[in-house]
Amino acid sequence: MTTSSLPHLEGPICPLPLSHPDQIVMGHGSGGQMTQQLIASVFQSRLTSEALAANNDFGSVALPDGSLLKGRVVVSTDAHIVTPLVFPGGDIGKLAVCGTVNDVSMSGAVPLYLAAGFILEEGLPIRLLEQIVDSMRDAAQEAGVQFVAGDTKVVEKGKADGIFINTTGIGWLPEGMSIGGERAQPGDVVLVSGTLGDHGIAVLAARGDLDFETSVQSDTAPLNGLIQTVLQAAPHTHVLRDPTRGGLATTLNEIAAQSKVAIHLDETAIPVNRVVRSACEFLGFDPLYIANEGKVIVIVPPNEAEAALDAMRRNPYGQNAARIGVVEATPAGLVLLKTIIGGTRVLNTLAGEILPRIC
Amino acid sequence: MTLLDSFRDGKKVRAAMDELHRSVTRPWTIMEICGGQTHSIMQYGLSDLLPPQIELVHGPGCPVCVTSIELIDKALAIASQPNVIFTTFGDMLRVPGSHGDLFSVRAAGGQVHIVYSPLDAVKIALKNPDKQVVFFAIGFETTAPPNVYSVLQAQALDLKNFSILVSQVRVPPAMEAVLSSPHSRVQAFLAAGHVNAVMGYWEYLPVAEKYRVPIVVTGFEPLDLTQGILWAVRQLEQGTHEVQNAYSRVVTKEGNTRAQQAIQKVFMECDRNWRGIGMIPMSGWRLRPEFARFDAEQRFQVGDIQTHESEICIAGLILQGLKNPHECPAYGTLCTPQNPLGATMVSSEGTCAAYYNFKRNPPVKG
Repeated sequence: MTTSSLPHLEGPICPLPLSHPDQIVMGHGSGGQMTQQLIASVFQSRLTSEALAANNDFGSVALPDGSLLKGRVVVSTDAHIVTPLVFPGGDIGKLAVCGTVNDVSMSGAVPLYLAAGFILEEGLPIRLLEQIVDSMRDAAQEAGVQFVAGDTKVVEKGKADGIFINTTGIGWLPEGMSIGGERAQPGDVVLVSGTLGDHGIAVLAARGDLDFETSVQSDTAPLNGLIQTVLQAAPHTHVLRDPTRGGLATTLNEIAAQSKVAIHLDETAIPVNRVVRSACEFLGFDPLYIANEGKVIVIVPPNEAEAALDAMRRNPYGQNAARIGVVEATPAGLVLLKTIIGGTRVLNTLAGEILPRIC
Repeated sequence: MTLLDSFRDGKKVRAAMDELHRSVTRPWTIMEICGGQTHSIMQYGLSDLLPPQIELVHGPGCPVCVTSIELIDKALAIASQPNVIFTTFGDMLRVPGSHGDLFSVRAAGGQVHIVYSPLDAVKIALKNPDKQVVFFAIGFETTAPPNVYSVLQAQALDLKNFSILVSQVRVPPAMEAVLSSPHSRVQAFLAAGHVNAVMGYWEYLPVAEKYRVPIVVTGFEPLDLTQGILWAVRQLEQGTHEVQNAYSRVVTKEGNTRAQQAIQKVFMECDRNWRGIGMIPMSGWRLRPEFARFDAEQRFQVGDIQTHESEICIAGLILQGLKNPHECPAYGTLCTPQNPLGATMVSSEGTCAAYYNFKRNPPVKG
């Protein structure tokens, strides 16, 4: 190739923006920025209340005047979809109970009652439905919650993916308890109850599209027991939140934004199962963005951090609990990660759908 | 500790970094060719640890970013057809064409499947004999072997319903294009180790000689990258311009000769448009005429496409290493990963996306 045959390099050229404002795309369900924008533009502009405006995974409402009970009522609702319906470590039934029990528990409340709505696709085997409902019963028993209402609808073949389950949970929040994503303060310590990314990788492997197998099990579990022991050990806990869709990174970004603080993490301290790390590496994912269904982030004042950590480690669902970072005042709204080699990077919110990298 | 862990060992990286700090006496500008390396540099915060004299500029080595808008538009047109299963690597879904992306096609009912290997696309074609299965064969030399094997496998199976849309690009012509630019600031290259694993580095010897530029074949882990930069700096300080192999656990001078033979059997060199850069002569591969029946561009009538690019962002300058992302007025405000103005913001290997994800604020040097 001679120099004269080389191109005249063009100046600034680039494609048009695509934010998908006109139709739903999969990224709107990712739990990341696209989800947040959809909620803000479609839902929050039309449906509002004080409880919704707090931007937590639960709503906390006052008991009516004349009620003899003290404290508040906590409500949370969650629609559950997963492919495949049964995966190592759980199924959609267990997921539907644990997801809502955990969302209620993240307020510090004791979950008490559940309601479930089922959308069943024509052709779903009854045996499979029985298996799923058995899992719901077992998970509810473990969590100590009772099903008190339900509904079932059937849609034509092709209009759903086997079964969708919506669950709503109700819990009681004792007086004096004040926990939420807006309460993280500079000086607080950030804890996590165990290894990250297990659920997402277990489900991805079970899906079979990517032709890989792992020994990883989903971590789906009801965390209300663990949380109650943490709250006994660390009564001034500021934030509890489960890093589900969007993973640890997205959840911590939500908290940093709500509390207007910076969260500084130490990469070497973040627990990730070795198999999950390897799977992420060859699939081109980051485990800090992968979903969890049995983990909780706990943000506590420094003098209660050790007690909270000990309490978690004594619980079967918290044996790998770790102290992963601290809350600081600046740079407010950002999550920063000190890397294993000592550099620093921003840990951003997941943008849209998680896409594997090419090479 | 596994083999890989030792290349991420903080102590070893700092020891190599100390050596680098001792070796550098003047400012130097080094380009890492490969988007995977850019991603790794940002992911580990490596640029925080570099001596202030060293500026890293990020090269055009992201195949997602440089795939031309004409080919994206062709992909969208083919994927929108009713009887087609369009298969692709994941991050191509987000790349905007003139009027949409593969996400939009999928939301409108098109069958767009993410695969990890083109051989999976062949399997899909076997399972769906009544559908046309197309694989979007993008990439540098690294992905060329699996892409050509998919064609050879389809030929052996006599598949009538499999074809590939080829956007295959090559590193050496891009290096020459960068070096020939009158504005080029690049004084040394880190070559992309995975590309060299396939191609070896014999092709780089004449480039180093002609442009008197040091080229160091470099891996992707923090220690690999630090060592690659260190070797490049030593050459720059000494005024030499050799091709060195700092990734010898993977790369040989000859490369993978069987893979190279397979590539030569199926592909031939051709001119190719690079998004944001323009046409680089003989910088791509296309299917040889004897494999034309596997060419999606011929199987589907998609020749006549009018393209349209935005004029706000500076991806073209970024891909040439002339600017860094934070110098773009749209960066981080109008242009973010979920609303990319430019291809460099689209792929996680793209320079702007790597900056946004790992370094959003404040901007780093380099």
